[in-house]
Amino acid sequence: MTTLDDARSSLPDITSSEASLHRFLHGLPGVDQAGAEARAATLATRSIKTTAKQYAIDLAISMIDLTTLEGQDTPGKVRALSAKALRPDPSDRTVPQVAAVCVYPDLVATAVEALGGAHRTVKVASVATGFPSGRTSLAVKEADTRDAVAAGADEVDMVIDRGAFLAGRYGEVFEEIVAVKQAAGDAHLKVILETGELATYDNVRRASWLAMLAGGDFIKTSTGKVAPAATLPVTLVMLEAVRDFREATGRQVGVKPAGGIRTSKDAIKYLVLVNETVGDDWLDPDWFRLGASSLLNDLLMQRQKIATGRYAGPDYFTLD
Amino acid sequence: MTKFEYAPAPESRAIVDIKSSYGLFVNGEFVEPTDGSMFKSVNPATEEVLAEIASAGAEDVDKAVQAARRAYERTWSKLSGRDRGKYLFRIARIIQERARELAVLESIDNGKPIRESRDVDIPLVAAHFFYYAGWADKLGYAGAGPDPKPYGVAAQVIPWNFPLLMLSWKIAPALAAGNTVVLKPAETTPLTALLFAEICQQAGLPPGVVNIVTGAGDTGRALVEHPGVDKVAFTGSTEVGKQIARSVAGTAKKATLELGGKAANIVFDDAPIDQAVEGIVNGIFFNQGHVCCAGSRLLVQESVYDDVLARLKRRLGTLRVGDPLDKNTDIGAINSAEQLTRIRELSEVGEAEGAERWSPECELPERGFWFPPTVFTGVSQAHRIAREEIFGPVLSVLTFRTPAEAVEKANNTPFGLSAGVWTDKGSRILWMAQQLRAGVVWANTFNRFDPTSPFGGYKESGYGREGGRHGLLAYLKGEH
Repeated sequence: MTTLDDARSSLPDITSSEASLHRFLHGLPGVDQAGAEARAATLATRSIKTTAKQYAIDLAISMIDLTTLEGQDTPGKVRALSAKALRPDPSDRTVPQVAAVCVYPDLVATAVEALGGAHRTVKVASVATGFPSGRTSLAVKEADTRDAVAAGADEVDMVIDRGAFLAGRYGEVFEEIVAVKQAAGDAHLKVILETGELATYDNVRRASWLAMLAGGDFIKTSTGKVAPAATLPVTLVMLEAVRDFREATGRQVGVKPAGGIRTSKDAIKYLVLVNETVGDDWLDPDWFRLGASSLLNDLLMQRQKIATGRYAGPDYFTLD
Repeated sequence: MTKFEYAPAPESRAIVDIKSSYGLFVNGEFVEPTDGSMFKSVNPATEEVLAEIASAGAEDVDKAVQAARRAYERTWSKLSGRDRGKYLFRIARIIQERARELAVLESIDNGKPIRESRDVDIPLVAAHFFYYAGWADKLGYAGAGPDPKPYGVAAQVIPWNFPLLMLSWKIAPALAAGNTVVLKPAETTPLTALLFAEICQQAGLPPGVVNIVTGAGDTGRALVEHPGVDKVAFTGSTEVGKQIARSVAGTAKKATLELGGKAANIVFDDAPIDQAVEGIVNGIFFNQGHVCCAGSRLLVQESVYDDVLARLKRRLGTLRVGDPLDKNTDIGAINSAEQLTRIRELSEVGEAEGAERWSPECELPERGFWFPPTVFTGVSQAHRIAREEIFGPVLSVLTFRTPAEAVEKANNTPFGLSAGVWTDKGSRILWMAQQLRAGVVWANTFNRFDPTSPFGGYKESGYGREGGRHGLLAYLKGEH
């Protein structure tokens, strides 16, 4: 069995052939489904109140990739989203900015323009590589990525080829991530595993390692187009993977659960998971993101509740 | 705040009403002890005196046994199973309704974290009453012949680690089978049993069916040795269990004993390692290690020893020790000064015998009885900490090379209550389960309880089973 210790000394060997990659990924410790789910459920019962809640809400806001990924997106919608990213609550200047806006490649330029001088304090992320199914040729994926980066994207969210992964063609998936990473240049690469389609936690762990070995800067759960999207146990397994990967290689990789995280309560559960699995080092927008479109308003509503003692209705917060 | 630190989240204790003193619960009423002697119940997390509790002497015990006898002969044994079931269902529902109150009181009196009393203990207590309520009118199908009979009066003595849960393990099957009971809770944790007495009143249970006598060892002895008792059920230390076995020997009394343990938790190199680490933590640090089936001996396959230990130590760094009523507390207080002394003594013996002691950095409260989660490495089978039950948050780590060696070491103990196996290989789990001489073998989990699952030990861990159909048979005379 290849152990994690071997990974430290022999990364090139692991990735040198399809066979060695297969051996390594299948030599990773298994994940017991019931155990992982029980652990995530236990952490979800942590009681976060008063100062801890205030801190968590602001931290969560600063980690949001404010996202719109609809066929019906327009430049107008992206401009509105960018404005919201910069100042989430117009009535309260103490609210932190979000981490990034996340759009389709053709709207990157619009987002960059809308963010104006603030671009780079709020990043622009783009889902390239034939999002969301990823069923295009590598050449198309590379071109998609280059387009997005040329338009000013700071971060590229790529999807892996789940078909190839499930068929056990790990080398193919690996090469593809390496190629897209190269096409992305200086942009950060977030690798979307689409964990809902990977079906087992063992696969989630393997895909996480594969993405990290291939050079991904972030591993991300979902496109948001497949149910189930992000879940606590899946994120737990991914956090364990980045923790072990750093232990083995010294390189830190970020984690981004995306899809289905709608309430402050949910977001806080993720932060607790990070806090107790990988600790402070990941409690930072550079290393943990929440992919979400509707979470922000709930965080703002909770934030205002703490400040004023009263809940405002949804109409007191901007739509986008 | 520059770090994500959880603010205190204490459960309000306003929901419980602790009286300044409690009498004995005999024949459906609270009565003063004959000689008026009292003792104190203390909150182990603060050393605050919670209440004065009556100490039952031989005369009080006699009254309780007589009340139980009368209730058995006049009412309880005459009721149909269906009617007994109704009472048990009613008690189960009241326990659910008053769950929060029971959980808070349990944590105050015992020192266990509210997270455990709220999420584990009390739900299981209700589940046991529901489960045995369902059996009450189906005794003919329990495997003891078509028309099994109860023994009569059951004397039940329970420990302080799971005060209300052990009460439910004892009382629910006894009543379902048609027995009446006299129960003695541990002297350091009588409060929830006394609240349960109120629940019996609230449920309209006929007087004398459940009697609760409080007191220390002498009270327990008087109860067990009382000639009017037909059946003895005891959970507690092996030492006391042996005394009870001697006193019951040669009489017509039936006995079940659930005693100590020194369980092996065995981790193979192909185990789901992160979940195994959780299982190790749950195995020994659940309820401060005050668990007779705790996985206090960790057996790790040598090839993954370094990895498992590193992960375990990192994990222990995240355990939160402190106020039991705080919802974020993982490890609460040691139940009594006496128990703390024993844990300290045995830990010192561990060091003196050459094992290496390690604890994560953690601040312990100044008042109350506290002990940090502790791991001993370099332990050998010959060390006392590998043989004796410590009954505290102290883990001894040993290693093995082959499955046969794991089995050999796991079984090389005077006890045999439980064991845990961690491996991804199903066939190995089944093989291990057959080899291990332990009443419960958990696979890829630890410390899971369910009313339908029988529980009990081999060797010095006692005899008889509680829980499930087997637990019911322990209260029935029949063809088994």
